[in-house]
Amino acid sequence: MTDISAKQTLATGKYNWRVVDIVLAALIAVAGGVIFWAWSQGANLISVPLNAVYPPLTGLYAGGWMIPAVLGMLVIRKPGAALFCETVAATGELIMGSQYGASVLFSGFVQGLGAELIFAAFLYKKFNLPVSLLAGAGAGLFCGLNDSFLPWGWNIAYETGDKFAYIVFCAVSGAVIAGGLSWLATRGLAKTGVLASFASRKAASEPVFS
Amino acid sequence: MTSFDAASPAAVTARGWGWRHAGRPRPAVSGLDLDIRPGERVLLLGPSGSGKSTLLHALAGVLGDSTSDSSAAGPSAAASADAEDSDETGSLLIDGSPPRARRGRAGLMQQDPETQVVLSRLGDDVAFGAENLAVPPADIWRRVAEALGDVGLGGLPLDHPTSALSGGQKQRLALAGILAMRPGLLLLDEPTANLDPAGVLEVRDAVGRCLDKTGATLVVVEHRVAVWKDLVDRLVVLQPGSAADSAVLLDGSPDQVLEQARDMLIAAGVWVPGHIPATRARRGVAEGIAGAGGAGSADTGPAQLLLAAEELAVSRERPRRTGLLRGFRTVPPAPVQSGITAQVRAGQALTITGPNGCGKSTFALTLAGLLAPVAGSVSATTELSAGAGIDPYKWKAQQLIARIGTVFQEPEHQFVTGRVLDELMFGPRHLGRGEERVDELLERLRLRDLVDANPYTLSGGEKRRLSVATVLAAHPQVLVLDEPTFGQDANTWAELASFLSELLDAGTAVVSVTHDVEFSQVLGGTELTLGAPQPGLPGRTNPGVAAP
Amino acid sequence: MRDTLTLRGNNALLTRANPLAKFSGVLLITVALALSIDWVSASVALAFELLLFPLAGLTLALLWQRGWPLILAAAVGGWSTAILAADHGRTLLDVGVWSISEGSLQLGLGFLLRGLAIALPAVLLMSCTDPTDLADALAQQAKLPHRFVLGTLAAMRLVGLMAEEWQTIGMARRARGVGSHGNPLQRLKATLGQSFGLLVQAVRRASRLAVTMEARGFGGAQRTWAREATFSRLDAWVVLGGVLIAGAAVAAAIGAGTWNMVFLGQQ
Repeated sequence: MTDISAKQTLATGKYNWRVVDIVLAALIAVAGGVIFWAWSQGANLISVPLNAVYPPLTGLYAGGWMIPAVLGMLVIRKPGAALFCETVAATGELIMGSQYGASVLFSGFVQGLGAELIFAAFLYKKFNLPVSLLAGAGAGLFCGLNDSFLPWGWNIAYETGDKFAYIVFCAVSGAVIAGGLSWLATRGLAKTGVLASFASRKAASEPVFS
Repeated sequence: MTSFDAASPAAVTARGWGWRHAGRPRPAVSGLDLDIRPGERVLLLGPSGSGKSTLLHALAGVLGDSTSDSSAAGPSAAASADAEDSDETGSLLIDGSPPRARRGRAGLMQQDPETQVVLSRLGDDVAFGAENLAVPPADIWRRVAEALGDVGLGGLPLDHPTSALSGGQKQRLALAGILAMRPGLLLLDEPTANLDPAGVLEVRDAVGRCLDKTGATLVVVEHRVAVWKDLVDRLVVLQPGSAADSAVLLDGSPDQVLEQARDMLIAAGVWVPGHIPATRARRGVAEGIAGAGGAGSADTGPAQLLLAAEELAVSRERPRRTGLLRGFRTVPPAPVQSGITAQVRAGQALTITGPNGCGKSTFALTLAGLLAPVAGSVSATTELSAGAGIDPYKWKAQQLIARIGTVFQEPEHQFVTGRVLDELMFGPRHLGRGEERVDELLERLRLRDLVDANPYTLSGGEKRRLSVATVLAAHPQVLVLDEPTFGQDANTWAELASFLSELLDAGTAVVSVTHDVEFSQVLGGTELTLGAPQPGLPGRTNPGVAAP
Repeated sequence: MRDTLTLRGNNALLTRANPLAKFSGVLLITVALALSIDWVSASVALAFELLLFPLAGLTLALLWQRGWPLILAAAVGGWSTAILAADHGRTLLDVGVWSISEGSLQLGLGFLLRGLAIALPAVLLMSCTDPTDLADALAQQAKLPHRFVLGTLAAMRLVGLMAEEWQTIGMARRARGVGSHGNPLQRLKATLGQSFGLLVQAVRRASRLAVTMEARGFGGAQRTWAREATFSRLDAWVVLGGVLIAGAAVAAAIGAGTWNMVFLGQQ
């Protein structure tokens, strides 16, 4: 009679990812994808004319792409969360048939990195509103840079002035949408009590600015 | 009977065991002393809050530092770090070792079929547990085939998509996945709560077969005693324990316990076999008038017609637009049911039943004006529409809530604010009237103590009562309910049935989608039975109408 | 949308190839095409890709069905490039911020074709690769940590369910009186509320799924694999194919003199 039981890895220390952290991060990426897809269906009325008139304006809604990065980190609060969530979201887009092809993976990685670096700069200890906004702006900045200067970017051929405009719009959109909305969402989620088994369970009562 | 690598049944011992979840002030379980012999089959009962799920999760080895997280960041964290950690007292052992060291010895089945499935292909999902336990690959597929055969899914190909399974099939798939681990202990946490009656029996029978084959120990938590009574040989009733009281209230053979504590169990909301909770009868029925509750009383004629469905075909999918090659036409989706004709009358109940997946909910939502009909029509009479137009689907949301109220299967889908009181005031505020009714509803549905709580933090029964109250606050003439009694304990069930009976007598029309025969008997009215689902082709249904 | 992640009924040749091999081939082509914006390299790559699609089990109808949004997106990108790129050659149109010249028009066209040539292999890849097999290959052969790979795979299985739940929540909120029509601000608020509802359900499902996986022993250090990921001769051909297509595209462009390195600016 065999009696095989699983030997557990030592998941101690507050920076180790537990199974529930991994599954939630991936599911936030999936939910973010569904929300973004549903939202952009409706927003097509705005985005297509924007694009026809002055394409860099599309940077104004690019923040929606980066919600998984900031939201994932605010909820899970472990190193690598922003990077992981955004990359998984990009993988989801690849599976759904993105117009960027396999290059969406690179873009997702770079965007996630933008947010991750901000959180790392605060040593993964601060998750208040200013940090969230900055992280969103960081993701947006990297998104703009990715689209304007890296080979697979779609704005690679624009003139410098237009590239600059796009990067600014992306950063602003990232801060407001990815940073601000994610922060609000985290607080709301904490109040509902669903985050009871995560590091962010007290997010609803944390100070806004310090 | 047993293959060479069958595992031996496990024994469970608890001595003064208690558990407090991280961040909660009070322990979930406290003072538990329990001994379960190898091969014994135990049914756990108890009011909500007595820690039954916590015990099962602990036995499965999923509590502990994998679900608590002491890394709550922020300046206040350091000071209260100790209060944030989860806390265990006493000892809980499987075969003499803590459960966390013996993961895979116990198999846990939970109540939501969708999150019991891990992988997309049938065979892969069953193999998952065995892979995690480092079973050699050749043995894995042998175990998979055996497990699928044991639960009755052996006829399906190994690459069958798991998303195409019914609820009962998914629960049986979860059981197969557990069996492939050769567990000595089977833990079932309300496994049939979200299933239709056929699915409940499917799962119960599959569990019975597996227990007979492996002789494993069983611990099952369920409201429905009748379903499991003949399968188990011991009934344990838990109570929220403390340092002074033991957590075990009653312990003995099922017949013994049911006889001894029948009244206490009924009062606690357990579905005691042979007992249907007392509910308020419909007015006509109570006074003994024949045909009452159905066609209306003799002197006033048939009840007022509010909504009518004519040759209705329904589907949840939206029409597709074909692209350039086919001329940009709109292709309607294939309906799941078609040819339905029904009438909704004031003061009458309409019960919609039928097999799993036949489109009952889809039909109810179409009737409620939330889904567009694929073919046919839903029309509201002027009595109901009061100037809003004949097609409920075209009504504005504010117009809809004052006329037709819909209570969804999952109450959380309908929460729109962060406070119970705001939820109740939401409808009246938008309509600009009806705020006085809120007080009445708070009293009637016992929500007064919860006014400041966040709706998501309520218990299952409280959420159900809140979702009914919020819909009624707008005072609609028609109430549509999707599976209102799913997974409810007997007390909540009785309360809901009585409340709806009151509403019916006051003139509201009630449409409910339900499998629950006793429930529809309390409400009376007509019954609409939808036939088996029609995949692909728009076929005809056989709307049967049962006499009241 | 529920069936997006399954591959039933597809028995084409490429479904038997190792996912990592297919992925490397796609990456090679993507990177090679990304380095230059010109219509020659893009058309050559596109031609080869269209030749390959039967091997992935795609028919013309299916390809059109999945491909037309990509064509639209590529056209939009091409247009933006045409109006915003620096001008060369004869100016065709100059209105405000818009300025289209011969050079930028050619660039826009190249952009359109390049966009398609990059998007298409990804579609081919996803049509002939089962996500579970991809996860197996990533964990067993690319040695990525199995907890992350399988945890992600299990979560992504729920995408169809989440999409359905989005619809249900929308209906449920309408039944409460939350109007989703009317002015944009109202619609925005409605969508935000709906998104929050979906997020709550996502967190709940994640917790339950994690319990399911851990209760089945997931997360241990040792684990065996029921489906072994292997390399075969077919995979060597797949990778070689990727190299050849990438090489042919680059060579054709250099030969025709249209090679236009992204980093060097327009020439």
